[in-house]
Amino acid sequence: MSVIEIRDVTKAFGERQVLEGVDLSVAEHEAIALIGASGSGKSTLLRCIDLLEEIDDGDILLDGEVITDPSVDPVGVRRKLGFVFQAFNLFPHMTVLENVTIGAIKSGEMKKDEARDRARELLDRFGLAGREDDRPERLSGGQQQRVALVRAVAPGPRALLLDEVTSALDPELVGEVLEVVRELKDEGMTMVIATHEMSFAREVADTVAFLNGGRLVEMGPPGQVLDSPSLPETKRFLGRLHTAGLA
Amino acid sequence: MNRPRPRSSADPSAGPDGSAILKEGGRRAERERAKRARSRRGQAVAFGSSLLILGGLAFLILTSSGWPEVRSQFFSVEVFRESFPGILSAFWLDVKMFLAIEAVVLVLGLLIAVVRSSVNPALFPIRILAALYCDIFRGIPVILLIYLFGFGIPTLELEGVPGDPLILGCTALALAYSAYVAEVYRAGIASVNQTQTDSALAVGMTRIQALRYVVLPQAIRRVRPPLLNDFISLQKDVALVAIVGVIEAFRQAQIDTARDFNFTPLIAAALLYLLVTIPMARLLDYISARDDVVRGAAR
Repeated sequence: MSVIEIRDVTKAFGERQVLEGVDLSVAEHEAIALIGASGSGKSTLLRCIDLLEEIDDGDILLDGEVITDPSVDPVGVRRKLGFVFQAFNLFPHMTVLENVTIGAIKSGEMKKDEARDRARELLDRFGLAGREDDRPERLSGGQQQRVALVRAVAPGPRALLLDEVTSALDPELVGEVLEVVRELKDEGMTMVIATHEMSFAREVADTVAFLNGGRLVEMGPPGQVLDSPSLPETKRFLGRLHTAGLA
Repeated sequence: MNRPRPRSSADPSAGPDGSAILKEGGRRAERERAKRARSRRGQAVAFGSSLLILGGLAFLILTSSGWPEVRSQFFSVEVFRESFPGILSAFWLDVKMFLAIEAVVLVLGLLIAVVRSSVNPALFPIRILAALYCDIFRGIPVILLIYLFGFGIPTLELEGVPGDPLILGCTALALAYSAYVAEVYRAGIASVNQTQTDSALAVGMTRIQALRYVVLPQAIRRVRPPLLNDFISLQKDVALVAIVGVIEAFRQAQIDTARDFNFTPLIAAALLYLLVTIPMARLLDYISARDDVVRGAAR
């Protein structure tokens, strides 16, 4: 059974149609990379899955249960998903440790000590030992994004949603963040990754899905979609990236 | 940092005999000396001009033909000594009023701001009321409100409503200031980026938790300077309740002034207000400066 299933999802912001009839299913331990130009709907799709945006039509299922029904409590759903934002969005008034633990503590899922122990262990593992008591502003962008990743995985989510997690970083800091994602993938974390990093998509993703103007137009193994795309739109998009030296 | 070096080679008059390395050191010493000289000169000029202007002003005032009159009417030592203890004890009422009103304003203002900032459709009618409240209480002169409350409400003889003009006057002040402070808080809440709320929701907080643990702490930190500014105003505006017959420092000073036909008691009262407002203003400066430093370091 798929962990996440998206059925015919449609979403508009006012007059602008952002998602049109998107179908996608993410199996356990699978990593799907969403690629596509800016404004193609990648971020919106991720935000819809985490119920940060309301969809207009269709259904999204988590472990076989519809989560986009108005009767479903969004808080309970979000606690089962981890989300990492492009701009880190750490809480600036809290320490690194507080950032990582506050979700689990306030939701009542973990006792304070338990949450702290788990956070320390994860921070340690991802090279952030000794930074527990620092405010985010004292950290580099790469470190902040790694903290954000730890914050998202600390409660043990069913799946991780990554929204262009390296786009706001200086080029030399991208690697350390991708390394964390790679490790999580190796552990079997189910992931949906919106990304501009084609080489990373190729390396980590099991499936690459190409969004164009709110429609999911092409999907398949990375080798197939990235090397021999069948649609002219996909070819054009990848061609533009090649010209820009990004792929 | 500075290498000790022979005095002669640092001296520009030493001539071209210094080596290249020494020359660079010589330039640095030279520059530093020039800088120090400039700063010494600046201090001397500041001191001299202060002495000249303030001294001149004092001289003009003290030697003017009206000065003895001013001194006996405004700065009479005997009248001051006589009236000060009474005014000081009346001033404690100002302090108590200020502390009580401030406590109410901090809570009520925040409550109104939170309601006005909420997006919950169930709160729509309360949101409208809160907006109306802010418009009305910010738009009416505080002195009118105090008068209306202190003299108007007792005539209604309402059951359970206190008739004490002190309490009614303070209530009017608290309501007016809550409206101002609510707007300050609201600006702070609006200044916290929506992505912070998204992030709080994404880690599994409820909307109320997101507000309580993520948005409000950041919002309040940002509005501390304008909040303190409003409290400086409140510290002196408590004197307005004098118009409904409450004998606080200003009213006591007025009474003394009328009795002796001398204005020194009002000066005594003014000094007492300054005694609390000036430290608050310095605290405000200090906090603003510190916040600037923190923000600067973050960049």
